Amino acid sequence: MNIERIKDLVIVLTQKELKARYKNMKLGYLWSLGNPLAYGLIYWLVFKYVMKVKIEGFPLFLVSALFPWQWFVNSISVSANTFVSNASLIKKVNFPRNILSLVSTGQDLIHFIAALPITFIFMLIYHKNFSPMLFIGVPLLAIIQLGYTYGLGLMISTINIFFRDAERLIGIFITFLFYLTPIVYSTDMIPENFRHLIPLNPVAPLILNWRSLFLEGTLNWNYVGITLGYAALFIITGHAIYRRLSWKFAEFL
Amino acid sequence: MNKSIAIQFNRVSKSYPIYSHLGAGLKGFIFNLPKALKGLARERFTALENISFDINRGETVAFMGRNGAGKSTTLGLIAQVLKSTSGTVAVHGRVSPLLELGGGFHSDLTGRENILLNGVLLGLSRKTIKEKEDSIIGFSELGNFIDQPIRMYSSGMLSRLGFSVVAHLDPEILLVDEVLAVGDIAFQEKCKNKITEFKKSGVTIVLVSHSIDDVRKLCDRVIWIENHKIQMDGPTTEVLPVYEKYFV
Ligand SMILES: Nc1ncnc2c1ncn2[C@@H]1O[C@H](COP(=O)(O)OP(=O)(O)O)[C@@H](O)[C@H]1O
Ligand SMILES: [Mg+2]
Repeated sequence: MNIERIKDLVIVLTQKELKARYKNMKLGYLWSLGNPLAYGLIYWLVFKYVMKVKIEGFPLFLVSALFPWQWFVNSISVSANTFVSNASLIKKVNFPRNILSLVSTGQDLIHFIAALPITFIFMLIYHKNFSPMLFIGVPLLAIIQLGYTYGLGLMISTINIFFRDAERLIGIFITFLFYLTPIVYSTDMIPENFRHLIPLNPVAPLILNWRSLFLEGTLNWNYVGITLGYAALFIITGHAIYRRLSWKFAEFL
Repeated sequence: MNKSIAIQFNRVSKSYPIYSHLGAGLKGFIFNLPKALKGLARERFTALENISFDINRGETVAFMGRNGAGKSTTLGLIAQVLKSTSGTVAVHGRVSPLLELGGGFHSDLTGRENILLNGVLLGLSRKTIKEKEDSIIGFSELGNFIDQPIRMYSSGMLSRLGFSVVAHLDPEILLVDEVLAVGDIAFQEKCKNKITEFKKSGVTIVLVSHSIDDVRKLCDRVIWIENHKIQMDGPTTEVLPVYEKYFV
């Protein structure tokens, strides 16, 4: 299997996914913006005006974390069906099936990048500096998150072939994770004696880094390291599970 | 290893696990763990039992037999989407599978987009497909429908699209599973002509068909599978009369 062939497979499968997901590409783009923005609006109303959260520039604060969160959630929840929805392909042709996982999270990356201007607009509104760190930080975090969601997605999609209710568990899990991650609140609002637990939430260091990148133009390198560790763990475990089970895919689907 | 052998099955068995407990999902699996693990090891359904044969390069072989006999399983093993439970499967050459009608197509994409997708999946490069696109579309005779989503296609039109892509591959080993019977007579003829053409150019062809006429016309050899075992394996002229007598 050479690089050219893998490249061709990634391209046609990505085109397929994008076209299948959004029969109308322009509308599809608006949807990918609309979803996090709608959540942002709700959280802003509820947490600012009902819960009286006092965070400066709250809309930017929310948006800076919601778009990367959206990518994470999309990749994880769609991944349950990556192999199941490609059953006819898998039963028919022999190709590296993990490319499907890569393609799935890859298209979420495309949406994330396409939505970046929204975050930039909020940065302008709140007079944030466009630090040169963005040029390093955005590609770095994006690549790490791509590997991270790929590994996790590969794991979930493989398991979901054999246990089709894995999908539901993930839904519950995501809801927990959302409130355990400092997205609608800041880290200073977490009681001090719990703050050292943040890295135990696998997605928190990643999301916090995106936020500090957009708000302060800085990265927390400890968190970069921790996220890399999680990404490596997910990729290695994902591949181990995939390798053991991939030859059974065709008989199960 | 004999160089002229394209496909070799040596005492191949294939059984499918019967995962009844998996129907209950992860929850059921965990709550019935001891039973579930035992079940994983035990319950299996045998689809092929101790099958051995060699197919030479350039041979055209038909697999025949009832529904559920194990023909598609055999082709899946050759295409390497399935793995044998015991025995060895050796395949020498590039396999182009035409295993399932519309398999690998996506209903929201147009015919043209599906040609690209399917072609790449079957091993062509994007560049090659772009070059052959006009010829593929011409072969399919789908006309203006080629730019419509294939959701709108009839099964006959789908088989036209599928076969047109395969007709433009450069296979060494071609697998065809019961897809010749779909499509109108004119197109069926065109497909058979194409297969004859492949045959003349030395492609190894393995096909599953229920049509005695097609098999007589296209194949040198028939492997008849009955009850998951080989019932008879020999030249078409020898196997077909026995097969016909058995079923008619
Ligand atoms: N994925 C699978 N899981 C369990 N049993 C299967 C699976 N695929 C096929 N079988 C069983 O194996 C037998 C052979 O199937 P198949 O090779 O498709 O038959 P044929 O193509 O000759 O009609 C059938 O009894 C079928 O029910
Ligand atoms: Mg069959």
